[in-house]
Amino acid sequence: MSAKTITRADLCEAVYQKVGLSRTESATLVELVLKEITDCLERGETVKLSSFGSFVVRKKGQRIGRNPKTGKEVPISPRRVMVFKPSAILKQRINGEAEGAVQE
Amino acid sequence: MIKSELVQNIASQNPHLYQRDVENIVNAILGEIVAAMARGDRVELRGFGAFSVKHRPARTGRNPRTGAHVSVGKKSVPFFKTGKEMRERLNRPASTDVA
Repeated sequence: MSAKTITRADLCEAVYQKVGLSRTESATLVELVLKEITDCLERGETVKLSSFGSFVVRKKGQRIGRNPKTGKEVPISPRRVMVFKPSAILKQRINGEAEGAVQE
Repeated sequence: MIKSELVQNIASQNPHLYQRDVENIVNAILGEIVAAMARGDRVELRGFGAFSVKHRPARTGRNPRTGAHVSVGKKSVPFFKTGKEMRERLNRPASTDVA
């Protein structure tokens, strides 16, 4: 199984190492990046991050679900969900293929 | 919103940073997430969501047009699960255009 879980602290460290801002400011900026993405999605807008992937907001209509424990039918209200579509480059990286050579 | 717009928005809120710096920050964050997933690690961002890698075993597929058997090798796919707070934010009454 996968060994480690990366958190905000690791992302801050990466920004600190690569960009040379203070640790405090790196943390603030990681937060700001996530906030900008979140705000945009909350407005229902798609966020496309090239070579990474895109976040899309989808609307779901009402449907009938079932409580798996009791077997009772319950209406599931209409809602918005967010999905992540990984880019081809990301998929390749995860399969250990070299960066750059994108087919499709 | 695309990456360059994200960079611009952040740069305009931080006049002391060059646009180049902000670009490096965004790339460092995304790069770190990608590197972690490439190692098979999980990335958990509370309030936003979690990135993980799912492994798909090798299987025998069919060419839908010809019906011929084809072997599909095992592969790993990136997976994102939306965080609780994010899910709630997408559905709170204030967030305008819910169907």
